[in-house]
Amino acid sequence: MLLSGSDIIVECLLEQGADTVFGYPGGAVLNVYDSLYKYSDKIRHIITSHEQGACHAADGFARATGKTGVVIATSGPGATNLTTGIATAYMDSIPLVAITGNVSCNLLGLDSFQEVDITGVTMPITKHNFIVKDVRDLADTLRSAFNIASSGRKGPVLVDIPKDVTAAKCEFPRRETCCLDVKNTYTGSDLLNNINNAVELIQSSERPYIYVGGGVISSNAEEELKTFAELCDAPVSCSLMGQGAYNQTDRRYIGMLGMHGTVKAVEALNSCDLLIGIGTRFSDRVIGEPSVFAKNAKIIHIDIDPAEFNKNVKTYIAVPGDVKGVLKYLCEKISQKKNAWTDELIAKDCGEPVQRGTNEFPVTPQAVIEKLDELTGGNAVISTEVGQNQMWAAQYYRFKNPRSFISSGGLGTMGFGLGAAIGAKIGCPDKTVVNIAGDGSFAMNLNELITASAHNIPIIEIVINNNVLGMVRQWQRLFYDKHFSQTTLDNRHIDYIKLGESFGIKTFVIEKNEDIEPVLKQALEISKSAPCMIEVRIDRDLNVLPMIPAGTPVENPITEIDLEA
Amino acid sequence: MQEQEHVLSVKVANNNGVLQRVSGLFSRRCFNIKSLNAAETEMSNVSRLTIVVAGDLKVLTQIKNQLMKLYDVYEVRILEDAVTREHILIRAGKSAEDRHKIIEIANLYRAKPVDVGADSIMLELTGEPAKIDSFIDLLKPFGIIKMVRSGITALERD
Repeated sequence: MLLSGSDIIVECLLEQGADTVFGYPGGAVLNVYDSLYKYSDKIRHIITSHEQGACHAADGFARATGKTGVVIATSGPGATNLTTGIATAYMDSIPLVAITGNVSCNLLGLDSFQEVDITGVTMPITKHNFIVKDVRDLADTLRSAFNIASSGRKGPVLVDIPKDVTAAKCEFPRRETCCLDVKNTYTGSDLLNNINNAVELIQSSERPYIYVGGGVISSNAEEELKTFAELCDAPVSCSLMGQGAYNQTDRRYIGMLGMHGTVKAVEALNSCDLLIGIGTRFSDRVIGEPSVFAKNAKIIHIDIDPAEFNKNVKTYIAVPGDVKGVLKYLCEKISQKKNAWTDELIAKDCGEPVQRGTNEFPVTPQAVIEKLDELTGGNAVISTEVGQNQMWAAQYYRFKNPRSFISSGGLGTMGFGLGAAIGAKIGCPDKTVVNIAGDGSFAMNLNELITASAHNIPIIEIVINNNVLGMVRQWQRLFYDKHFSQTTLDNRHIDYIKLGESFGIKTFVIEKNEDIEPVLKQALEISKSAPCMIEVRIDRDLNVLPMIPAGTPVENPITEIDLEA
Repeated sequence: MQEQEHVLSVKVANNNGVLQRVSGLFSRRCFNIKSLNAAETEMSNVSRLTIVVAGDLKVLTQIKNQLMKLYDVYEVRILEDAVTREHILIRAGKSAEDRHKIIEIANLYRAKPVDVGADSIMLELTGEPAKIDSFIDLLKPFGIIKMVRSGITALERD
């Protein structure tokens, strides 16, 4: 049938199973929005307050569901507003297709109104991008975009479409809706040696330690990981991105590894004789000083992206392949191990720090997040902003399921969480979705409260308010002689109750320990049908501990900071 | 490990912006390009980039693996046994006397005069990069007015 380019776009979205998209209209995408209007019974479009929020929402949708997120924006500023969101998805390998309009082909390159070379701009932050100058190439380009975004190591793909291409007509043979299943095959025939060497090494190790990244989640390999950990009889840590890949209530789980990981994880890292890194890129936030990382251990590295091997740490055995397939293979080959070290380590009290409130601010984030964990049974989807709020969420909520911790790990995007929570809730309407924010990050993109309210997306926004940019303050205290440069936000005087309510969002305040449970319970009740917000007032000098300063050896983490010093 | 020079032969889709994708990858990952040559191959939709890079084995492996992730890159080969050639256009000389001497050197190298001026002469030469280097060295005393090197092109031996 003869269809316009914009109809082809919507048909292709439907063909790819994308029934929900996020975006913001504008001049160059008028045709696309006209088609969305026509197809509105088949495809749901969520308009946000800002394109960045739309991009984070599509990203959060993808992280929570495993499907590819879709965001649509107009040319010029619409497109550039996506860039932070695209870069966020790129750093965390999240499947995303961004569709931007552009000026008509005859106006390209002439500095036309709202023209920007968005394929040029996004080249370093996309897995691949396209500009489509002929409507006959449109359908196959969009199909490729979805395929690239969701295959291999996933990532964002941008398709830039000039306005005349969305208006032009061409023949469009409709195809069956395709479900792009993750291909969990391991067929590295020439690498069989590697994997068999890995089996031998695992079998002969006495102190194996499993370190899990986000790759386990994108490959849906949580079951295989569980079996693998049991077979190896190894303790398990997750990176920030790996939160939820392993059930954190399991006895083998010894906490996060990294700059703000547990003391026990550091202990495991330095005493293991074999470190098995699965679906991780060994980020600098984990390895500290690379030359002494896991200094007593050999490293087996399993990842889908061969470019990650020997990039940040030296690998003893590299096993390239989809994590799920590799783990399946390993589980078949490994016979049940029993390591005395593992039991000793699990039983050991390593002296993890505990948060304490002050007289003026008795409430701690630890108390609030642990109560939230208890009330939601560890089954909520938690998104975060970036900074102390993010680390506290990762430290104190005990994630049981993959796709339940949604956070900007690689790029560290403040302002990510609210949009992401909106996307996650739309993707998983039956789950409780909570964004844990700090007051700094909240202020960056609080405009998306309007989206939550307007579309009645029943998320809970928890603003942990310390009136400072806490993580930067923490670094200033430790490394910059307490010069709290531009990190004290006392002049803001925000009334969160009035702010929330002006958007039609019921808002609570927690300032005493007795408030925690009743307020959380009320919020959880409201969130069955409407969004709500909670301000949690805390002391400005609560720090994220343990801490290993950037670029230093992962040993002797700081567990206490003397505020008087 | 030593910072050695290596020659990469990279087959890419002849798409819009492919050169930008490749060169952008090198700059953002802090890989050092010594020279880059790009041209069509026997297939009009495929180009071959010949890239000379400096780095140890770790860097070289990273470059190869990162390049392979680009959607437009079909193949990356690190050339070991290959014919490498470079082409140069060079103008040198300040007097008619110089010109004669330059022509003598050119004859030794089988370089071809391609443009003759009153005092100076332009030569072209194709050869291995080391030969080009020594040719330039010999012309230096006469004053090199301008020159352009093509960068290395290379193909593996059978």
